[in-house]
Amino acid sequence: MRISALVTSITIIMIVFFLFREGVGIFKSPSVEKGYVIAVNKSNAVETLNSTQLKNIYDQEITNWKTLGGKSQEITVFRVEDITNYYSEEELGANMEYLPAKISEVLAKTPGMIAFFPSTYLVKNFKGKVLPLKNISVANFLGGTEWFPTAQPSAQFGAWPLILGTLYVSLIAILLALPLGLATAVYLAEIADKRTRNFLKPVIELLAGIPSVVYGFFGLVVIVPILKNTFHLDSGQSGLAGGILLAIMALPTIITVSEDALHNTPNAMREASLAMGASKWQTICRIVVPYSSSGITAAAILGIGRAMGETMAVLMVTGNAAVVPHSIFEPLRTIPATIAAELGEAPQGGLHYQALFTLGCILFIMTVSANLMAGYISKKKRLA
Amino acid sequence: MHKIETKEINLHYGNFHALKGINLVAKENTVTALIGPSGCGKSTYLRLFNRMNDLIDNVEISGQVLVDGEDIYGRKVQVDDLRKKVGMVFQKPNPFPKSIYENVAYGLRVNGINDKKFIEERVVSSLEQAALWEEVKDKLNKSAFELSGGQQQRLCIARALAVQPSVLLMDEPASALDPLSTSKIEELIHTLKKDYTIIIVTHNMQQAGRVSDYTAFFYMGTLVEFNETKIIFTNPKNIQTQNYITGRFG
Ligand SMILES: Nc1ncnc2c1ncn2[C@@H]1O[C@H](COP(=O)(O)OP(=O)(O)OP(=O)(O)O)[C@@H](O)[C@H]1O
Ligand SMILES: [Mg+2]
Repeated sequence: MRISALVTSITIIMIVFFLFREGVGIFKSPSVEKGYVIAVNKSNAVETLNSTQLKNIYDQEITNWKTLGGKSQEITVFRVEDITNYYSEEELGANMEYLPAKISEVLAKTPGMIAFFPSTYLVKNFKGKVLPLKNISVANFLGGTEWFPTAQPSAQFGAWPLILGTLYVSLIAILLALPLGLATAVYLAEIADKRTRNFLKPVIELLAGIPSVVYGFFGLVVIVPILKNTFHLDSGQSGLAGGILLAIMALPTIITVSEDALHNTPNAMREASLAMGASKWQTICRIVVPYSSSGITAAAILGIGRAMGETMAVLMVTGNAAVVPHSIFEPLRTIPATIAAELGEAPQGGLHYQALFTLGCILFIMTVSANLMAGYISKKKRLA
Repeated sequence: MHKIETKEINLHYGNFHALKGINLVAKENTVTALIGPSGCGKSTYLRLFNRMNDLIDNVEISGQVLVDGEDIYGRKVQVDDLRKKVGMVFQKPNPFPKSIYENVAYGLRVNGINDKKFIEERVVSSLEQAALWEEVKDKLNKSAFELSGGQQQRLCIARALAVQPSVLLMDEPASALDPLSTSKIEELIHTLKKDYTIIIVTHNMQQAGRVSDYTAFFYMGTLVEFNETKIIFTNPKNIQTQNYITGRFG
């Protein structure tokens, strides 16, 4: 017993340790993929750029160096393929062997230019100024509103829409599932007769074992169309659909765990309350439920855990759009869905890969805080 | 008029005949002890008076149970009201998972009383009556589970007293307690007697002798002998009673 407890604890600590070691790595690197450089003309006063600024430059949303603290000068954006706008094919050589030199040259010639190219093209006597890039900051990662990990030249790791998406979906799910689940549990444990209970309990337990893809399909063919029609949405795929689906998925767990807790309340508690002249409902609300509060908290925690961590089903019904959701009727995307969808295409060890680990850390922190909060609330309530 | 009276009570748990034609009376402000070997029906009999047996499936009751002359199984009787009038203390201390204060206030709250001052006065007076006030007055907001077993049992008594019942049912209230706590409970029963009619189940012959005015000896669902405690203990008429109180069986 003690050994297995020890092994379990060590395993958990190791998982957390490695997750965070991988996840924190991203804050030690700039947002430009390794092996590439950003360079400007030597006369440029700008010393460094962060990932948002880079993106805005290349999206031509920032068009003047003044905005970035330089002198007033148009920005000329340069990618390697743009070289043909400046030089003929002969000048570059048959095998592009003069390309690096020409990049250096064009950069020196054009004062307002910013260039993005592989560092292998960096010649020895480079005539431009290679910009040192700012590392991705925690604030940018958490607060950034754009999640575009494959963007060139600078990947955009703004986790805010994903964090918000996760919160939305989980909050809807738990707000629906907790009262409903608790009500069902109270019915089963305190009101239903033995036959009903013995029939319903195993059925509900069975529901907990259905694979989540199946729930996902159910959501897609039932919940999504219903939402679309009732609220006249362009697409029923939305945070609300995800929340409802997750609530349905979390219900069996919440019901089973809290029903067990309610059922295990000693009869002495009920009798003591009834013997005081309390009604059955008063006894349930004031004695049985508070007495089972730790079990009910466990149920809530498991429910929240399922809601926050669920991947497939949510991916299927939320519309999978990594944008900041303005209402629960809009498509969104959660952290686990993002990890599941993108891990396959992210090169191992790359920036994107690390970013997904960081998302994992954020999810972990969110789940732990939700659990702590649930525990705190129930503790406060118990002595009321 | 007797405070409590049962007439020809028969009780069946399904096919099992647990109480067989019990007739018994108790005067106001007396303590009646119910004694007898395990399984003879003492608890079942006690639970008639606040209709706790109603909670069990398949129970059938015939005969009459009168409290203040009124048949409590009559159609007009509100069980909630009856239970306010007839309080109960259980064998094992069973405080609620609440603070000490809220435990005592519970009976008032479920009866719709919200007046803070009234509740506070009642909590204090009930704790005083249960001889617990001095020990808990500084920690009223602490969880009731932090008290010792004996204190918890006195808390349960205070809880029962808070709604001001006139009858107090006690099912082996001291059997789970140490000797010191037990003697405190016994003293308490003595003082409570002037305001309440008490029926107490006990396995402890000395205790029955010390606290009760009347004693009823039950055996296999029948009331074998009922009389003043000193007569039962000094001069029982029935041989079974004599064997039981002298410890020859049971
Ligand atoms: N809920 C029940 N269903 C069926 N039979 C019961 C039930 N409760 C009690 N009995 C039976 O009724 C008889 C009397 O039980 P009761 O609890 O009144 O005995 P008791 O005198 O209080 O015993 P003890 O001293 O052990 O507490 C016992 O034979 C018991 O098995
Ligand atoms: Mg008993």
